[in-house]
Amino acid sequence: MMTPGSEAELAEAIAGANGPLCIQGGGSRGLAVEGDVLSTRGLSGVELYEPGALTLVVKAGTPVAEVETLLAAQNQQLAFEPMDHRGMLGTEGEPTIGGVIAANVSGPRRIQAGAARDHLLGVRFVDGSGQAVKNGGRVMKNVTGYDLVKLMCGAHGTLGVLTEVSLKVLPRAEASATVTVTGVDLPGAIRMMSAALGSPYDVTGAAYDADTYQVHVRVEGFQDSAAYRSAKLVELLSPSGLAEVREDAGVLWKGIRDVSAFDSRPGDIWRISVKPSDAADLAPRLEAEALQFDWGGGLIWALVPDGTDLRARINVPGHATLVRASQDTRARLGVFQPQPAPLAAISAGLRSQFDPRSILNPGLMG
Amino acid sequence: MEMPSPNPAVLARKARLAARLQSVLPSDAVIQDEAETRAYECDALTAYRCPPLLAVLPRTTQEVSAVLRICHEEGVPVVPRGAGTSLAGGALPTADCVILGVARMNEVLETDYRNRIIRVQTGRTNLSVSGAVEEEEFFYAPDPSSQLACAIAGNIAMNSGGAHCLKYGVTTNNLLGVTMVMMDGTVVEIGGAHLDAGGLDLLGVICGSEGQLGVVTEATLRILRKPEGARPVLIGFDSNEVAGACVSDIIKAGVLPVAIEFMDRPCIEACEAFAKAGYPMCEALLIIEVEGSPAEIDHQLGLIIGIAKSHNPVELREAGDADEAARIWLGRKSAFGAMGQINDYMCLDGTIPVSSLPFVLRRIGEMSKEFGLDVANVFHAGDGNMHPLILFDANKPGDLETCEAFGAEILKLCVEAGGCLTGEHGVGIEKRDLMLHQYSEADLEAQLKVKDVFDPKWLLNPSKVFPLPVTEGRRAVALAAE
Repeated sequence: MMTPGSEAELAEAIAGANGPLCIQGGGSRGLAVEGDVLSTRGLSGVELYEPGALTLVVKAGTPVAEVETLLAAQNQQLAFEPMDHRGMLGTEGEPTIGGVIAANVSGPRRIQAGAARDHLLGVRFVDGSGQAVKNGGRVMKNVTGYDLVKLMCGAHGTLGVLTEVSLKVLPRAEASATVTVTGVDLPGAIRMMSAALGSPYDVTGAAYDADTYQVHVRVEGFQDSAAYRSAKLVELLSPSGLAEVREDAGVLWKGIRDVSAFDSRPGDIWRISVKPSDAADLAPRLEAEALQFDWGGGLIWALVPDGTDLRARINVPGHATLVRASQDTRARLGVFQPQPAPLAAISAGLRSQFDPRSILNPGLMG
Repeated sequence: MEMPSPNPAVLARKARLAARLQSVLPSDAVIQDEAETRAYECDALTAYRCPPLLAVLPRTTQEVSAVLRICHEEGVPVVPRGAGTSLAGGALPTADCVILGVARMNEVLETDYRNRIIRVQTGRTNLSVSGAVEEEEFFYAPDPSSQLACAIAGNIAMNSGGAHCLKYGVTTNNLLGVTMVMMDGTVVEIGGAHLDAGGLDLLGVICGSEGQLGVVTEATLRILRKPEGARPVLIGFDSNEVAGACVSDIIKAGVLPVAIEFMDRPCIEACEAFAKAGYPMCEALLIIEVEGSPAEIDHQLGLIIGIAKSHNPVELREAGDADEAARIWLGRKSAFGAMGQINDYMCLDGTIPVSSLPFVLRRIGEMSKEFGLDVANVFHAGDGNMHPLILFDANKPGDLETCEAFGAEILKLCVEAGGCLTGEHGVGIEKRDLMLHQYSEADLEAQLKVKDVFDPKWLLNPSKVFPLPVTEGRRAVALAAE
């Protein structure tokens, strides 16, 4: 394993590589490819944190936990609520901020606050020929030149290896309230979450647990405000009064974020992004052993028997990612949804420009 | 501002090109008369003008595809144009280009409140997108100050922002999908009504690429339910430093207003003389707006006012009703008109870290004396997006050049302070030559490689964004291939 201690060393390692490289942060997200491991863990530490400007600049190998602790001390947070894959995948590494960004990992609050990519202000990375590149910066609004920041976020290291990321952070809410309605079927749940998300009450989480038939809707903010809005949501969602309001639902949302319901269950896990109103019709077609819904129904987690080609059952626009499966299944079906030909050509073109020797996580994204 | 000299081979082909375009478009959609092409000679950066070879006004994605395929075959540069409101010269033609205007493509294709999206043709104006969903109490969040006139196409090209993006983000954060025509006429669909388009984030790199990667003809946009209400407070301070510290303390306290607008003394004076909004005469004015139910608004404003009071404000005015709220916003919203009445002006939009605000404003004041031109500052303080307005007299020889030189120094200052050249207007031709102050050649090369993939012949809006010497080799290869 190569663990360079600086961007310059990392650039040397890439320039000097003569075969495929497996780019790794904490290695907790189960995306390793065949090749020499190039770890970013040697690039760790906070470069700049200005709470009054809501900005954080941090080296890519910095543990997420360290970032979250630092922010929490100032009552701030990564608002996109990145999920932790370790429980689901049974991995043990220490998740890094670079890994979160490279995989564009977001959680339940994505529907209101945006995805990881929406909070990324700037990057430094080393491309496949060993060239260090900067894009974006540390200010919230920046349209100077092309936005390679977004392009790098979610590229899973295939266009370059992140060395430093600059993030927009946000205040952590003083209070949180979760409205739970029990005994709801899936079509009813989708309608309910759609009504909540279309209300003026600034919902920051809308999930449905198909095992317990429960809809959970979260609001966050100042104490009185959260109480007021959760009461309004109870009126909206369950006028007959079957809803329960909880203020201490942190564990519940962490479970939704990490899809903990699937942790100890065998089978492949798929993550499907669709238009929320398509979810109710799509769900039975998936013939899944278990389903969990987030993002108002737009994010479906499906547990299916090993080796199932779930993409073949999806007949609506969107995309499906194979998050947990054997090496064989991953090789056969591909982790990421194949793209239509013109987009695949653009993506291949970008990869060959940024990684002309095809050594950065080759094959991972096509 | 230098532009590449037109390709004589293209100029000579005008008649043939016009005939080919007429064969795929309705007869009134191809504009070739010299008096009529003049309407497209500039955008809102009016100091630079050049009529295009031809202009076309297609109505559908298929027509755009046909136009681009022909221009690609003929080796003719294409400059896409939304509503022509770019302050950076993003839609400035060259004499050998075809202007592809999307103004006739203004239909709403789908509104879907259940999934909170709207799909529109991109010639539709920003404000009319919100207008289309207003009845159901929804809105489209990015609100550039030109929103009455500017088109979604241009918003996507420039990744436009607005006053309320501290809470709601800019265009890229509200764009879910596009139909885009590549320079060779290929139509691609990226993203849609679902979140986070699959594969590489092509949507992310297209947004803000200033019409250089493709022509976006249709867009799926996120719409949001309107908050129950909103209310501003106006706070005056006797120094920029204190106003800046107040903004920082409010943010640190965990309040996230939807807008924090900052005006300095020259701006306050000009706006007051023009709009008579009753602003106090002081060094710095903040307008801070919060949203929610009446009780939530009271609570947030209570926190903000408490923080403001600890900074000894010279004025503190809370809007009691809609009328008072409108008066608080009146001066700010008249800022550009107020400047325009005094003289010609150039509006910049460099962005700085909020902590550098006092230093940057002080330096701008000093430079104003050095260059002998007045400057007023109004800006979005929550995100550090400045809007220095430099006043000059276009009829006075040399004044425009002095103003441009002053503007360039301000933008370099923004970069040195840790910020960037442009926060929401885009680079266009205006800041093209300053790009190497923010980025190294290797940084720019990485961006050029993206264009090489989307537009290998370098025909789409080729003389914008990057310094001409940096792109010369690529543009020359494209020409030589004809």
